[in-house]
Amino acid sequence: MEEQDLRAPEKIEHSAPAEGTRDLPMFVPAVDIFESADALILLADMPGVRADSVSVDIKDDLLTIRGNVAVEGEGERMLVEEYGTGDYYRQFILGKTIDRSRVAAAMKNGVLTLTLPKAEAAEPLKIAVKTG
Amino acid sequence: MAAIRWNVRPEANRPGRIVERLHREVNRLFSELSPGRGAEGGGVFPLVNISEDDENLFIRAEMPGIGTDEVELSVTSDRITISGERKVEAEGMLNAHRREREGGHFNRTLQMPVRIDPEKATAVFKCGILKIAVPKAKETEARQVKIQYEE
Repeated sequence: MEEQDLRAPEKIEHSAPAEGTRDLPMFVPAVDIFESADALILLADMPGVRADSVSVDIKDDLLTIRGNVAVEGEGERMLVEEYGTGDYYRQFILGKTIDRSRVAAAMKNGVLTLTLPKAEAAEPLKIAVKTG
Repeated sequence: MAAIRWNVRPEANRPGRIVERLHREVNRLFSELSPGRGAEGGGVFPLVNISEDDENLFIRAEMPGIGTDEVELSVTSDRITISGERKVEAEGMLNAHRREREGGHFNRTLQMPVRIDPEKATAVFKCGILKIAVPKAKETEARQVKIQYEE
């Protein structure tokens, strides 16, 4: 046996009433969120989702990511099913420091990369502290 | 890991759905018992679904974020091995707020349920799913044998 240090995470299915209209399970995509000097970067694993089937929506402070999976294998008989096929859905509350007009999304190899630029820092407000 | 995931949505309780789900869960449980899974005292990567039609086997593996040059695939007449490394990049990032995605090396050998023709295997990587299609070997097809009568 060669080295094997990677394990597939179990897909977590939504149990809350976040339902789709399709008769498919709805999964919580695994995400990484990083912060760089000028942006938050969110990476979400959504295997089986094409770029044109992803929607990213920001309303007020609520970021909603969803991806509709492309169902394949119609007419095939399933022999082994280790992973479930379904859509992906997840929401995050954003801080107010995101510049919504410059949010960028890219989909590659089943991973969504979302760049959430930080808003320009407001003029620092100097408050003089009096002694007395 | 929970052995059975149950769905608490009332909508999911319509009779047909329950049977479908039960079917899926039973399939999944049996998959978990099959060789290759959990052999090293843990999960494996990648998870695969295997299906068939009359002539071919189809193996699909969920491998999001892995490029074609990071995977090696080898096929014999009864086994498929998928190996490589998943890199989870985090360069230039000041700090991580969440780390749910994992990287690392993987190596998985799948025993095929029937003999296959490795010469004709094809593999396509699409949207983070590796799909391998391979024809079943001809000798596994049932052949009508004429019975002769002898006095």
